[in-house]
Amino acid sequence: MREIDIGRIEETVYALCRSACCEIGGDVLGLLEQGLARERSPFGREILRQLIENDRLACARHMPICQDTGMAVVFMDVGQDVHLSGGDLTQAVDRAVRRAYRDGCFRSSVLDPLTRQNTGDNTPAVLYTRIVPGEQVEIAVAPKGFGSENMSRLGMLTPSQGLEGVLDFVVETVRLAGANPCPPVVVGVGIGGTAEGCMLLAKRQLLREVGAPSPDPALAQIERELLERINRLGIGPQGLGGDVTALAVHAAKTPTHLAGLPVAVNMQCHAARHKRAVL
Amino acid sequence: MSIRITAPFDRQALSRLRAGDSVLLSGTVLTGRDAAHKRLCALLDEGRPLPISLQDQAIYYVGPCPPLPGDVIGSCGPTTSGRMDAYAPRLMDLGLAAMIGKGFRKPSVVESIRRNGAVYFAATGGAGALIARCVKAARVLAFEDLGTEAIRELTVEDLPLIVAVDSLGNDLYVQGPARYARA
Ligand code: SF4
Repeated sequence: MREIDIGRIEETVYALCRSACCEIGGDVLGLLEQGLARERSPFGREILRQLIENDRLACARHMPICQDTGMAVVFMDVGQDVHLSGGDLTQAVDRAVRRAYRDGCFRSSVLDPLTRQNTGDNTPAVLYTRIVPGEQVEIAVAPKGFGSENMSRLGMLTPSQGLEGVLDFVVETVRLAGANPCPPVVVGVGIGGTAEGCMLLAKRQLLREVGAPSPDPALAQIERELLERINRLGIGPQGLGGDVTALAVHAAKTPTHLAGLPVAVNMQCHAARHKRAVL
Repeated sequence: MSIRITAPFDRQALSRLRAGDSVLLSGTVLTGRDAAHKRLCALLDEGRPLPISLQDQAIYYVGPCPPLPGDVIGSCGPTTSGRMDAYAPRLMDLGLAAMIGKGFRKPSVVESIRRNGAVYFAATGGAGALIARCVKAARVLAFEDLGTEAIRELTVEDLPLIVAVDSLGNDLYVQGPARYARA
């Protein structure tokens, strides 16, 4: 049994929030550069240049890449041989988010869904925990803006629709979203499971290194085909027309019920922010 | 080549812009997004005066981050304009000349833009740090309790924009993708 003080969890979540909002990963920057090289639209190229400059400036000045510093989505895989001591985990995560958003001059975007009263400190965070083998704690923080989140979609398809139905649903979701999720986008796709499990599976795909194919060859093939079809839509950077609509498609599957074929699309804008640490 | 334009607007200069033009905007713009629009329209419903004049103004759909120490504003890129579609025609009828945001507008809003000789500009979504450099001053004008959603006046210099919907109702969000779609 390994003991980990809750204070260490708090400090880690704090540091991950601070860096995630300001430092875009090399994976995204690399794909923006590649996109710039093949984009035919002059507007598209100008926008991609602005995004690259923006991301570098944000990193250098340690200011947010985007004013929508999102809801703080925190994923924690806790080894079953770990004992978290010294306080309440959920409270520690919320404390970390509160401090990081205040100290980083990040925007507080979280509010009551009906009264629309802002909580003022971007809490509560969205926390997903899993118990896994081992004695480590793996933490990922992915601030999620709502321009893209609003464009996400769940389809409870029928088995007769098959793979073709799944592919059509994903492409149609990107088409319907158009300019709204700040293309170029990263498309997280979940296939199977239950309604809520399918959406969470799609969201977890956004934590992957952007552009790295699925280790499953069949899924990697699906990702390639989807990316190709999406980039033929013509939506382009910021939806003003062009070739670079998506930087990557990340898909995963999980067993589902014999009566169903759920497919979930979690849309992620080019501000694909995610940072990870292992304790 | 970018066209230089000043806000509040000379309507004639505005009417010469065409969808697809690149623009550098200087002058002052108002900010407002979901909550501020809701309040403005609630005041109109009650027949009460608005706290700001909309005549020939631009509203920039933005909820900025707090400024870093020494800065006038934090990251401040555009938010999705479609959520303001329910309110925009009413404000254009009251003199609003331009909107700045990101994403497509409903046909009824495009029609209102045409009828009012207004313009809808696209700013680059997710370029909040870059856009903040174009903002030289910021002050809250109304609804301070809304925090990031308050109505502010921003003084901007050479803010890069693209004309997305012009005063004739031409819509770059329709024309652009159609040009690049491959079957
Ligand atoms: S969709 Fe993404 S890049 Fe666009 S405004 Fe929202 S968080 Fe920023």
